[in-house]
Amino acid sequence: MADRIFGFFAKGAAYLTLGLLIGILVSLVIGAWPAIDKYGLSFLWRSQWDPVQQEFGGLVMIYGTLATSIIALLIAVPVSFGIALFLTELSPAWLKRPLGTAIELLAAVPSIVYGMWGLMVFGPILAEYVQAPLQSLLTGIPYLGALVSGPPVGIGILSAGIILAIMVIPFIASVMRDVFEVVPPMLKESAYGLGATTWEVVSTIVLPFTKTGVLGAIMLGLGRALGETMAVTFVIGNMNQLTSLSVFEAANSITSALANEFAEAGAGLHQASLIYLGLVLFFITFVVLAFSKLLLVRLKKSEGAKS
Amino acid sequence: MSATPVQKVNSMAERQARYNSRNRVNTVALILAVGAMAFGVFWLIWILIETFRLGLGGMSLALFTQMTPPPNEVGGLANAIWGSLVMVVLATLIGTPIGVMAGIYLAEYEPRGWLAETTRFVNDILLSAPSIVIGLFIYSLVVAQFKSFSGIAGVLALALIVIPVVIRTTENMLALVPAGLREATYALGTPKWKVITKITLRSAQAGVLTGILLAVARISGETAPLLFTALSNQFWNSDLSKPMASLPVTIFKFAMSPYENWQELAWAGVFLITMAVLGLNILARVLTRQK
Repeated sequence: MADRIFGFFAKGAAYLTLGLLIGILVSLVIGAWPAIDKYGLSFLWRSQWDPVQQEFGGLVMIYGTLATSIIALLIAVPVSFGIALFLTELSPAWLKRPLGTAIELLAAVPSIVYGMWGLMVFGPILAEYVQAPLQSLLTGIPYLGALVSGPPVGIGILSAGIILAIMVIPFIASVMRDVFEVVPPMLKESAYGLGATTWEVVSTIVLPFTKTGVLGAIMLGLGRALGETMAVTFVIGNMNQLTSLSVFEAANSITSALANEFAEAGAGLHQASLIYLGLVLFFITFVVLAFSKLLLVRLKKSEGAKS
Repeated sequence: MSATPVQKVNSMAERQARYNSRNRVNTVALILAVGAMAFGVFWLIWILIETFRLGLGGMSLALFTQMTPPPNEVGGLANAIWGSLVMVVLATLIGTPIGVMAGIYLAEYEPRGWLAETTRFVNDILLSAPSIVIGLFIYSLVVAQFKSFSGIAGVLALALIVIPVVIRTTENMLALVPAGLREATYALGTPKWKVITKITLRSAQAGVLTGILLAVARISGETAPLLFTALSNQFWNSDLSKPMASLPVTIFKFAMSPYENWQELAWAGVFLITMAVLGLNILARVLTRQK
């Protein structure tokens, strides 16, 4: 009897978890319905966002979310790869643990701390030592000049992207380290035995062996970057504009729009449009994370077959 | 991988040159790797130093005894600290049993069944799902129904973040318990629920506790899911049906304001949160290492 009850609760908890995902999806669709009904998919490429005129479109925020996440990945992927390489191939054994912990602690720092630090400490430094020199260097050059136009105040797409990069580095690096460690030592040692250098072992043995896992790690980081809220809200500047594509310009992302406007938005089309944005975000992260999971599982399976 | 065509290397000098260039590439790559490592650690140290520098000055008794002040007046963070404590504790109490039970199901009941496979997949999605979306979900489920922001909505939002973290660690830790231990207990005629609670769960105790600590650390710093569930409150409040202040939301509000005293309080709050979260993480690590 007690056995049945216990089993029932265990199974119930598992069903509850499934129900959560479905519940989230259903509640978002219901909440967003007025906006879905009115705009349909054209919401995705409409760029007006005007609560006064009751005109809404998500393009500005979707662009902000994608642009910051791409900048974050451009910085985070090579750095994470370097960190994983260092931790698996170079680090002396006594340093592995403290350095690994330091990177994992970087993931534990709450995002509001990143946001506050980004706004008050990092932003001004970025403005003075990176943005201003870049601007004076590139102004006048076609395309590149436009990319860095606007006020160099340390707030905007670039700062948000850099801070996101710092935040996702630990996620990507620790998954990459884990997948690098599944490479059978025999393969690596054979290559070393033939006289390969460390870099040659990593680039011709480790990377090809773990490429699905590495891609999975990157997708995981992308999922994180897309959904990050507080740090982005602090530094992106929260301005609904798409007239300038400069990375120095203040912008808005899905998450920062939600964080800033949702509590004040009255029920009606404004709120529904914000929930629609949330639904779009959930959909994008769902696809990215599911893809990442798929890749990581595939690596795990092939690991058994190859070694 | 396609095989690189074998090159005919003629003279000794050419071989030497090729060897040198391989070594050069290797050195450059390794220096870059060391640089990347330094880059990663650099941010952690910088953020910690700034948090100490700007937050330590705000530490005082008033911080823990006085309410959040209006602009340009003295005050503390007592109501926010209290709200955070209440919500984090309740969310942990709600989320942990569900997470542990689901983890038990995944590890002990039908680890290969369709329900387990699907739950595992869904759990991984929930683990990395944007926390602000969780806030939206609870908003439409609770806040919109009761027409009021409330502490209980905040608690539920945080509990939903606890569940996937606890499921993941519980399952992993139970899977590490040797099967022989279970079989020996079954052989004595012990019912399944007793085997699980008295034997497997007990031997995985430290690991499961680590998972719970990590979940507590995670929700202590969460801001996004509280913004439109618990909202905030200027006053001391223990009534869960009313809006409730929390440390992260107060920091957000104060940091974005132009008032100097609010910004100072925000830094003090950041210092408190960072110390609490890092402390919990380190504690969790110490626990697993002893195991």
